[in-house]
Amino acid sequence: MSSPKTRTPNPNSFATGPDERGYFGMFGGRFVAETLMPLILDLEGHYTRAKSDPAFQAQLADLNANYAGRPSPLYFAERMTEHCRKSASEGFGAKIYFKRDELNHTGSHKINNCLGQILLALRMGKTRIIAETGAGQHGVAVATVCAKFDLPCEIYMGATDVERQKPNVFRMHLLGAKINAVTSGAGTLKDAMNEALRDWVTNVKDTYYIIGTAAGPHPYPAMVRDFQSVIGRELRQQMMAAEGRLPDTLVACIGGGSNAIGLFHPFLDDRTVKIFGVEAGGHGLGVENGHAASMNGGRPGVLHGNRTYLLQDGDGQILEGHSISAGLDYPGVGPEHAWLHDTKRVTYVSSTDKEALAAFQLCTKLEGIIPALEPAHALAYVTKLAPTLPDTDLLVMNLCGRGDKDIFAVADHLGMKI
Amino acid sequence: MDTEPAPERSERPSMTDTRIDKRFAALRAERRAGLVTFVMAGDPDAATFARILEGLPAAGADIIEVGMPFSDPMADGPAIQAAGLRALKAGQTMKKTIAAVKAFRAKDQTTPIVLMGYLNPIYVYPVDAFLNDAKDAGVDGLIIVDAPPEMDDELCLPAVAKGLNFIRLATPTTDAKRLPAVLANTSGFVYYVSITGITGTAAPDAADVHAQVARIKKSTKLPVAVGFGVKSPEQVRAIAKGADAVVVGSILVTTIALSLDKAGQPTGKTVQSVLGIVQALASGLRDGM
Repeated sequence: MSSPKTRTPNPNSFATGPDERGYFGMFGGRFVAETLMPLILDLEGHYTRAKSDPAFQAQLADLNANYAGRPSPLYFAERMTEHCRKSASEGFGAKIYFKRDELNHTGSHKINNCLGQILLALRMGKTRIIAETGAGQHGVAVATVCAKFDLPCEIYMGATDVERQKPNVFRMHLLGAKINAVTSGAGTLKDAMNEALRDWVTNVKDTYYIIGTAAGPHPYPAMVRDFQSVIGRELRQQMMAAEGRLPDTLVACIGGGSNAIGLFHPFLDDRTVKIFGVEAGGHGLGVENGHAASMNGGRPGVLHGNRTYLLQDGDGQILEGHSISAGLDYPGVGPEHAWLHDTKRVTYVSSTDKEALAAFQLCTKLEGIIPALEPAHALAYVTKLAPTLPDTDLLVMNLCGRGDKDIFAVADHLGMKI
Repeated sequence: MDTEPAPERSERPSMTDTRIDKRFAALRAERRAGLVTFVMAGDPDAATFARILEGLPAAGADIIEVGMPFSDPMADGPAIQAAGLRALKAGQTMKKTIAAVKAFRAKDQTTPIVLMGYLNPIYVYPVDAFLNDAKDAGVDGLIIVDAPPEMDDELCLPAVAKGLNFIRLATPTTDAKRLPAVLANTSGFVYYVSITGITGTAAPDAADVHAQVARIKKSTKLPVAVGFGVKSPEQVRAIAKGADAVVVGSILVTTIALSLDKAGQPTGKTVQSVLGIVQALASGLRDGM
């Protein structure tokens, strides 16, 4: 049948994963307690059916447009571009765009995923929602969709994060969610996730767990990616309209990596597009347990249902990590990023706490946009990368959250009193 | 035809004479259910743990589960979480855990030891070296909470090939459709988790548990041990009426916790208090039956 000239399907497509067992290369899988397995298999079935159900997709598109406010704008950051060109050689300094997901309802990209998952929970007949949250952006988005769809909601949040993200804690209260402050471990995102998993294993019959990032047992990483990929799909159209071609460079911050995979995924097979993920460098990658850069400073391991890069000691005990940003303060990363790191399709770098703080202030002053501390890490890297790129290079950074929630923490770091 | 012949079942290592099989055969001969005791390796420190471990068989433990401490025990309640953290704080490592089993085995060649925990510390050991060292130390079986049948090629199949029993958890959510997958590569015994939940929390209803055990036994000849939430001699006795063994854990590590001084250090009563509880729990299986 096949002629010698027939090309085999590209064996290196980056967009087809995961396989049927939930693996991206060696990463992913479903490493969960037996109690959860039947539910996870059931969830996979429901999601597979929903994905190809036009009614589900239409309902989600309608909510995205009229409730979340999508599409989010693609904005040419003119003064940021000028700023970076000042330190660039003649003919250099990329044209910087922001994908404005901070303008979404609830203030970040997290709503994209929550709308998709709450529709799925309803289809599965679940009557109670739980979630973990770090910075509180995911918690607010979950509490929001639970208010809208009238489902009881419990949010697990590390006690440390409850303290440094007070505005979001209050928002969740107003939205009717119950907040459970988690005191085990360092009281941050990983501890919140442990506690949410304990709740789920206990209340598996009626409870749906809305995982906030593109991690966890299969099918969560693929499902969250699919819901977040609306970011990259919109960008393709918007950039074609604005510039008549695809972007050249993409940059996004990485904690678990949901905003990043949402931006990157629709471009993975466009090999001319350079892609950068920015991890949280904390006090610096050289400081033991002083950062949250799991790919640049960790090793493969198994945690929270998937195999991925983890910050861990030599005996396989998970480290707490550190970042100024509660949303990036997680010792793991989504398995698809781990695979994109190993295959070198995406370049993973890091920004320190200090660099992120500086970028936070720079963006606010130059563009009149207060970014969340999470995308401030991406922006810090943009200020280094853009001057090295030709001035014809179209660079897009995902401005995945707004910084209102961070002003108290930032004031603290800058030694100011509000 | 170029299909390869299916591997002969007899090529797999025989499981008929493991310490676990022999112990259950002995329990059947005694016409009583067994007591499976869970303690956390290195809790509250390596030296005290060694004395507890050594004392457990005489106190009435028929099978010993040794927890491998992990920083993120997602299926465990507060008592066992705390035990793991105590052990890690005292400097416990996987190598020390295996060494503790080896020291125990030098003195006791019959009481089965099952290592229980989470996959990551084994994965980074790594797996092959772990299985060699564990087998060499006299470990008889493994219970790994986050290694479901779908992930059997990760650890279960290599462990079985080494001659270790891989003991699977069956839960109230393991329905008839799923049970065959759970039982497929299980050996030694089946661990029935009596509640949907984490260790050491809600108390199981004995009648419910007996019905579930009976359901599982229709599909397997393996003994069924029941655990999660069993705390008193009365519960042990009630559960034992419909099971081959009863697992106790949280109550033991809680007893250890209560015996420590304000600085979290073991006291003169630490070893005796936990062995005393085991004696009390075991008495429920040995009298009035």
